[in-house]
Order: sequence, then structure tokens, then C-alpha cells
Amino acid sequence: MTAPIQPDTGVSGRRAAAGGVGDNVTRPDGTLKVTGEFAYSSDLWADDMLWGTTLRSPHPHTLITRLDVGPALAVPGVHAVLTYDDVPAQKVYGLERADQPVLCDGTARYQGEPIAIVAADHPETARRAASRIVVEYDVLDPLTDPRQAIDPATTQQVHPTGNVVRHLVIRKGDTSVSADVVVTGDYEVGMQDQAFLGPESGLAVPADDGGVDLYVATQWLHVDRDQVAACLGLPSDKVRITLAGVGGAFGAREDLSMQIHACMLALHTGKPVKMVYSREESFFGHVHRHPALLHYEHGASREGRLLYVTAEIILDGGAYMSSTPAVVGNAATLGVGPYDVPNVSMDCWGVYTNNPPCGAMRGFGAVQAAFGYESQMDRLAAELGLDPVEFRLLNAMSEASVMPTGQVIDFPAPVAEVLKRVSSAPMPPERPDGPEPDLRDLPGGVSNTTHGEGVVRGVGYAVGIKNVCYSEGFDDYSTARVRVEVAAGRPVASVHTAAAEVGQGVVTLLVQVVRTELGIDEVTILPADTQVGSAGSTSASRQSYMTGGAVRAACQAVRARLPDVSALREGDVVEETVEWRHRATTPLDERGQGNAHVQYAFAAHRAVVDVDVELGLVKVVELATAQDVGKVMNPTGVLGQIYGGSAQGLGLALMEEVQVSNGAIRNPSFTDYLIPTILDMPPMQVDVLEMADPHAPYGLRGVGEPPTISSTPAIVAAVRAATGRALTRIPIRPEHITGMGETLG
Amino acid sequence: MEFLQPRTWADALSAKAEHPAALPIAGGTDVMVDLNFDRVRPAALLDLTGVDDLIHWEMDGGTVRLGAGVTYSRVIAELAAILPALAMASRTVGSPQIRNRGTVGGNLGSASPAGDAHPPLLAGDAVVEVESIRGPRAIPIAEFFTGVKENVLQPDELIKAVLVPTASGPQQFAKIGTRNAMVIAVSSFAVALRPGERRVGTGIGSAAPTPRRAEGAEEFASEALDWEGRTQLSEEVAERFGGLVAAAAAPIDDVRGTAAYRRHSLAVLARRTLGWAWSAYQRS
Amino acid sequence: MRVTTTVNGERRQVEDVWEGESLLYVLRERMGLPGSKNACEQGECGSCTVYLDSVPVCACLVAAGQAEGREIRTVEGLGIDDELNPVQEAFVEAGAVQCGFCTPGLVVAADDLLDRVPQPSDADIREALAGNLCRCTGYEQILTAVRLAATRRAKVVP
Repeated sequence: MTAPIQPDTGVSGRRAAAGGVGDNVTRPDGTLKVTGEFAYSSDLWADDMLWGTTLRSPHPHTLITRLDVGPALAVPGVHAVLTYDDVPAQKVYGLERADQPVLCDGTARYQGEPIAIVAADHPETARRAASRIVVEYDVLDPLTDPRQAIDPATTQQVHPTGNVVRHLVIRKGDTSVSADVVVTGDYEVGMQDQAFLGPESGLAVPADDGGVDLYVATQWLHVDRDQVAACLGLPSDKVRITLAGVGGAFGAREDLSMQIHACMLALHTGKPVKMVYSREESFFGHVHRHPALLHYEHGASREGRLLYVTAEIILDGGAYMSSTPAVVGNAATLGVGPYDVPNVSMDCWGVYTNNPPCGAMRGFGAVQAAFGYESQMDRLAAELGLDPVEFRLLNAMSEASVMPTGQVIDFPAPVAEVLKRVSSAPMPPERPDGPEPDLRDLPGGVSNTTHGEGVVRGVGYAVGIKNVCYSEGFDDYSTARVRVEVAAGRPVASVHTAAAEVGQGVVTLLVQVVRTELGIDEVTILPADTQVGSAGSTSASRQSYMTGGAVRAACQAVRARLPDVSALREGDVVEETVEWRHRATTPLDERGQGNAHVQYAFAAHRAVVDVDVELGLVKVVELATAQDVGKVMNPTGVLGQIYGGSAQGLGLALMEEVQVSNGAIRNPSFTDYLIPTILDMPPMQVDVLEMADPHAPYGLRGVGEPPTISSTPAIVAAVRAATGRALTRIPIRPEHITGMGETLG
Repeated sequence: MEFLQPRTWADALSAKAEHPAALPIAGGTDVMVDLNFDRVRPAALLDLTGVDDLIHWEMDGGTVRLGAGVTYSRVIAELAAILPALAMASRTVGSPQIRNRGTVGGNLGSASPAGDAHPPLLAGDAVVEVESIRGPRAIPIAEFFTGVKENVLQPDELIKAVLVPTASGPQQFAKIGTRNAMVIAVSSFAVALRPGERRVGTGIGSAAPTPRRAEGAEEFASEALDWEGRTQLSEEVAERFGGLVAAAAAPIDDVRGTAAYRRHSLAVLARRTLGWAWSAYQRS
Repeated sequence: MRVTTTVNGERRQVEDVWEGESLLYVLRERMGLPGSKNACEQGECGSCTVYLDSVPVCACLVAAGQAEGREIRTVEGLGIDDELNPVQEAFVEAGAVQCGFCTPGLVVAADDLLDRVPQPSDADIREALAGNLCRCTGYEQILTAVRLAATRRAKVVP
């Protein structure tokens, strides 16, 4: 790791406890996780508990003309079968606007829409009962082409409000300027799934006060609570949610899945109800990454300066809104990439269709845009006869740059630096070309498709930009309660927040913050629940910044009352609760102008690939990356985010796609939705920069998302270099490399 | 659902005769997926893992008599020298955990067109030994598969063993998947050289309703190869062999790949594997 | 039906098992051993890897009745005298655990690898762990952990 600038972290010279900020602290939940004792949401159990299951629409667009739950209720062991009419209060829910029925309202708008829920004494009983529910359908044509959805001539409407969820316009300068070199391109991004390993699950327990206690895996306890309470018709203090162990999230747990259903069944039956989705159901049970159609026109001077970019991006939001408006905001505002462009015209649409609902996934709009603009940058470089890295360096944004939104960057923006670092990293050795190659080093691996025949090496580069924290004027805050007392003669601290630990390690980081701020070694992180104020979502790479910031502020408040921790006596308690906000952002005006984002983060990747050009199979040989994280809070944790994020980007480049045909998912399983294995992920070289953001706690920058953004286009660029193919759609398939059928089925 | 757990082969046959709708289960790598995903609810499961006779292999002249319950892991560890193509194919099956449970007999029972064991068995002229209380039958592998996930087994029959002639010359297996491990074949191909008979055996996977041989390609290569002189394999012969293998396929478009790509990849795999096998023959 | 097995050295008997249940379900829901994880239930992710008569298998693909009379060792039984075993220890230290849902299966698979191949090459590690999907780590720190565990085991076992 390198640190070109030593930030003023604001940590003064008090005795730092070991294992503070910057140290390699191991996870407090690590031992429980390696021994199998950590309680995930699917591991919960209660006496006399029932199992819930969900009946879903097999059709992407259909009316329900008859629904008879009688035969299901007659199955021995069944305790409840509930439908739309049984939803106690508000019938719809949603993150930005409540437009999604808790249970089907008579029209199913996507395949997999929940129609009825069943509680029974065994999961098999519940499944058999669900299969006996009588449903008659009047199947309608689905609207599945997002281009059709924005066409004003289209009469078919997914919702009466129209098909356009958001159309964001950004205008900067004058894009009618002429340019020496003009490159236009159309690109397409397939639907990626978060594919967390721990399926949607949880346990709802009815409480004596008429409320409900819900133990669930989620990313944001308080918005879950608010949506559940509204639909159950309960005051929010009667819906108590505790975070159960979370088996990964990556955006897929921002929206509700089984939360309201399990609570309805529990309140109806008076018994605890557990729901666990199968892998197949999980593909229908959460939103995916928006598929995107991108059209770009870039103009540059002969010398290689970007003069203008015009772009049109269409994001398919599927049947319900979820977080589509915010994804549109990101794709548009980050849509030209980390470059200085004087003239920008951007139109970005998020639309309703009858495809699977799409929402948050790591990278959130920035991923789709980066595939478009980085593909364009390579093509422009080729047109100009410039090296792709040189061309990017000529146009790299930096501190004081002006974004297409007019926002002036007032913190380091080391785009050129991360590019230089990946381009100067040592190259991996050439492929050994002996008579007895190790198949595991070759495209196809032990499947024995080549012994070197047809294998061509390619190298590609990309750089990306991501906003950190919530944007466009959103009141983004986190709450932390820090309590200090004496136990067994020693000062101890406990921290209570609602920050969702989803694997990223916020529980480790909070311990480190308290040790650094208070000099107390022994720090306990209390379970995250709704008994403390909101921490905001575990998304947008924001929890280190926001809940790290809130805990730091709470520690500072404690210290203001207790300057000397050693003065604390047995029985004394000092407790402070702080609600902490980042600098305010502003909404975008009608020309897309405004200080929409609070922080940007940057990463670059270099990909080296071996491609069997005859068979279209790819082996990624190595990924090199450089990323600015402002301040390394935990070296192992930072690296873990970078490796893992890069792997998800590799998946999108080469294999991951929820294949949707006429609104129906064709591959809802881990047999056919492929995520990278350990044989697909190459060794990585990682270079971490620490260019402090003076506005952020400790100078840190969100780490989680940038690696997912630049790894994809870098790998695609490398495959293009090896094959000479245009490759304008991701994931790349062998068919695209070999020219054997551009689309499937 | 009933769970039948015979301890002897005779009991297994009786159970199957008594419960013809019982679904045989060995390694469970197909059956349990269908059960877990609520795709099948058979009247009974017939567990064959307690039948000791099935988990052994033995040499019988020049033939390996491979019990239906021998796992892929054991094929890789114990039979790579004498059944190289089957061992290579076994190494591509699922994951180590799957290979520790999955069996060649189970692969035949499921009769998926994508089953990894099928192409080497076809290329190697294997014979499937099935039995019922009515008696045994020996079925040449090329006659075993009757349709997508269908085979010639009668409701009262069970697969007992597969008889695989030991390799009399170099063999190869190759399989296309869109990631570098744990994939179901997009297409696959096995080739077996039999210098003694001056014959080439082939097997195609995942590119037709059933696994199948490429008979035209076999005849062509058997004729065209210089068995005596062992001269270099010409590009024309390799290319033509690939083309004939591709022509023997009848693939479809599905989520795993297009028909056009399946044909194309088979031609490439056939050309390459023949080349590797021939080089090994030249060196031998 | 009734199923009797030995799990982590203890004889366990469970009643009223539905014949279509998997060993994974029995371990998790009937024996109070939820350490083995239910991520895909189709043998594609390895999160439910357990030893069945000393051989690592996916518990989701073993019918409950097939476990009758067999010996099973799960992640809960991997520690030695209440101490973490070297693989578990290395996973925590190397950052190989994030969300941890894949961890129980990976720990069993890695333990098996080191039993068979005490000093594996990176290619050996990758091939042996190719059946264990991880969505968080990108696998790099899992490789580090297995290398570390191999080194430590070599010191303990001469």
C-alpha cells in the first residue's frame, strides 16, 4: 500500500488503543462464522414455529380471474393462506414510491409476483398447499422492450402513471460544437443478479402487545420497518426489527422480500413464522441490476481532447419502481466518466416494463454507464492513433474539475494517478508454451478445450467513477449511541447502531473507530436493530463514511464529557447518541445542474486475458487495480472489498446474465446463472492510494463499489484486443467472440 | 413417499419390480436437485447406495466392468490409465463434492444429453448391463439413449454396471462451458483411437436430443488415418473430421448456447482432440 | 421415517423425517446444526459441504435416508478440543471471511484438501475449491488462508 499524501485525519495525540483505525483488526464475528455458529436469517428457529411459502405468478403479465384458496386451507397442517384482501392496511410498498402490491392486486406485472402466502407446519406441507390454490389467469401481452416503453406512441402501459419512471436531462455547454474525430456507438448491458449466497429469509414472531418482532437479513432496518408497519397498519414502535446474520447483499436486500409476508402470517396465526426462499425463488424474490441500452457520441480534437459527449441511456426498471429514479440519477450524472468534458448532453430514462423489477446492485447505474463510456474511450483512442491510457490521461478529471452537473470537485480526484499506476504495474509472465501445459492455466481449464491452440493474449484498461453516499438532496444521516462504563476494573465501550453488517466489515471498523477515539480496548458492538435511530442503508459505499462518522462523533461527544477515561469509576456511565450527517447535496435542476453528490471515488483496472479465439473461451490471467480510498481504515478489509468487487465485475463481463425472454426468466438457478469460481478469478495486483478527502471522516472514501465498475470494461477491452471483435454487449458470450449467433434463443 | 433401502442386488431388483414407479437414487446429484426444487415427487425413492455389489469395478479380460455405483472421483483416481477419456470426462463433472457422490451409473440413468460420461462411453463402445427380476440384458451404449433424458430401461429394470473396453490407443475428451469450472456442457466430444482395429470411436454430448456417435466421421477417419506409417495428421483430414462431427450433431438454441455455436465448437473440439490423440499415437 | 446417524461423534436419532428431505435439512432443522448452509440446494455452491464417512459431499444432495448408519462431520465438529482448527484460524486471520455464508463449506473443503495434499500448489487449491462459490471475497484471501493453514499444519504435523 502506498500513501502519496498523508491526510490530517483529525486524530489527536491521545493514547491510541491497539487495533484502531488503520490497523489490521480481524472481524469480531469471524470465529462464529468459521465454526458455523453465526446465526444467519435462515438459521433461526422458534418453538412451535410455522413455515411460510409463496405462490407466485407464472406469467409476466396477467389478470387473475379466479383465486380460490379453499383447497389449500383444507390440507392438514396448514394454518393460513392469505391474499391481497388480507393485507391489513396499505396494500403497496416501495423504496421511493409505494407502487408494488404486497400481494397481487388482480394484475400480475412480472413473472414471480407473489399472489398468495401459506403457513404450515412443514415446508413441504406449505408447498403442497400452495400448489392446490386454484388460480385462473387471463394472460396479457407483456411489454418487454424498454425502447417501446419510452416511445410516446406506445399505448400499452404497465402502470396508469405511464411507463417513464424518470427522464433525467443534463445539459452542459454546447454539444453542437464540431470535432475532428467523432465516434458513435451503441452498447447493451444484460441483467446481472447480485447472487448473494444467503437466500432471502427471516423469522417473524408475534408479540403480546399486538406487534411483531422480525429477525431478518436486510440492508436498511428502518425503511424495512416503516414499510412493514404501514402495510400492517401498526405504529412503527410495534414493528421491531433485528438484523439477523446476512449472507451477502450487494443491493438485493434494499427492497423488501418476505418481510411483510412473514409478519402477516405470524400475526394471523399467532405463531412464529419462518420463511426461506430457495435459490430459484430468490431469482424472483429480489430486484436485479438494470439492463441498459446506451447510445454515445463522442467528439474529440485531433490532439486527443474530448470536446463533447452526447448520450442516451435507457434503463429497464421492470414492473415496479424500486430505486430506479436514483439509478437513473447515477447513470446520468456519472455517464461521461471521470473525464473533463466541456460540452455534455445526456438523456437518461428509467422505465417500467413487464420484465423482472430492477433496482440496486453494487455500482448502481455507474456500472452500466462505464461500459458505454469506456468502450467509447478505447474506440476514440484507436481513431486518434493514441495509446488508450495516454488518451485517458489527456482527459482525466482532477480536483477543481467541473462535472457535467456543474459541481466543482473540491477534494482530490486522482484519476490520472490510478491510471498511471495500473499501466506501470509489472506485467504477468507470458503463458508457458511447453508440450505439457497445465490445463488449469488455459481457457476452458480442465475441460481440455485447448493445449494452446487459438489462444491469444489481450490487455485492456479502464477507469471508473462512483458517487459515495446518498445524493440529490436526500437527508442522509446515521445514528450512533456510544456508552462507556467500567467492567471488572477496566473501561469498556459499547456501540449501538442500526448499520447493517452484510459482510463488508462495518462491525470491525466501528470497533476500530472507538479504540482510536476513546483509547478503550474493549469495545462491544451491540446487535443492529430498530431500538436505536436509523443508520441509513448499507449501500452507496456509505457505511464507513456515515456510521463510521456517527460513531466518531458520538465518541467525541463522550470525550467532551469525559476527557480522561481513566477517571471513570465503577458504576459511572457516560452515554451519548449522535445523529450525524454529511455535507448537504442539492437536487438537480431542469438542466441537470446541481451539487448532487457529496463524494466521488475512483478506481482503474488493467486486465490481461488469454482468449481461445476459435472457441470464444476466456481465461483472465491477471487483474491489476489501483484505487483511491482516502484513508485505509482496515487493510485486510479494503483489499477484501477490492478483490470481491473486481470479481463481480469479471462476472458481468464474461458470464453473468439473468436471461429474460418475453418477460420470463430462463435461468433461475446456479446451474445456469453462472458466477465466477475460484478457477475463474485470477491473481490480482492491488495498489491502494490514500488521498484524503478533507470533508470525510478520517479522509476516507467509500471502497465497495469502484472495483465493480472499472473491472468489467477493462476485461472487455482486453478481450477486444485479443479478438479484434467490437463486443458491444455484456456479458460477452462465446457466440459473440466466434460470430456464431449474436443473440440467444 | 416411501424410502426403499435394499442391502443386496437381489433385494433391489425385487423392490424395483414391486415399486416400478420408485425413483432410483445413488449419488443424488440429479435426483435431489429435482426433489429440492419441487420438480418431482416420486411415490418412492429406491436408494442404491447400500448395495455393495454396485460400488466395485473389476477387470474382465480387456474390459472394465464398472459397477453402476462407482463415483467419478474413483474413476479419476483408479482408472485414468486404462479408461483415459472417461477419467478426463469425470474430472470435468461438477465439483469435487459432486464427483465424490455422482456415479457413472447415475449419469446413464438420468440420460441427460449433457451427461459428461456419455461421449467417452460412446467412443469406447461400452455396453450397459441392466437387470430386472426377469433377468439381465446387455445393451450397446449407442442403443441405450432413446430421447431427452430417456433411455431403454423398463420400469422394473436397474442399471447394474457398464462394461468399458480398456483403451487400446490414445483417447481424448473435451467439453465447452462458459466458465472455467463447474459447468454443464454446452457441447462435448470424445475420441478413441483403436489402432488394432484401425478404427476411430467418437461420442458427441449436448448437441442432440441424446448423446450420439458421429458415424460418418468415424468411418472417414478410420480410412483416412495412416495407421501404419503414423505420418503427420494432415490439416485437411483433421478439418474434414471436425466438419463431419459437427454435421452429425442436431443441436438447439438454449440458455447455454446457440445451435450454431454448438456445431462450430464441436468441429473445433473434434479437430483438436483428434490431433492430440494422433500425436500421442505417433509417439507411442 | 426415523434416521439414525453419527454426527460429530455423537449418535443422533430423529423421527418423523419426510422421505424427500435432504441431509442438509435434517442437520439444520432437526438436529440444531445450522452451520452447513442452504445457499443453492442443487450442488452448485458447496456451502453445505460436510464429511460423509470422511468424504466431502454436498449435504443438500444426500437424501436423509441415505445418511442412515453413516458418520457425518459438519463444520460444527471441525474444531479440535474447542479450539479452532488451523484452517478455521487461517480463514479468520487472512480476511477469507466476509459475509461468511460460504465459509462453512469452504472450511470443510479446504480441510479435506490439506488432509490429502498437505502442501498444495495454488492450482491445486483452485481445483479443489472450485465447487465452493463465494460472492464476497473474490477468493484471493481464501487462497491466502489455505496457504497459511498448510504452513501451520506442516509445523504441527511433522
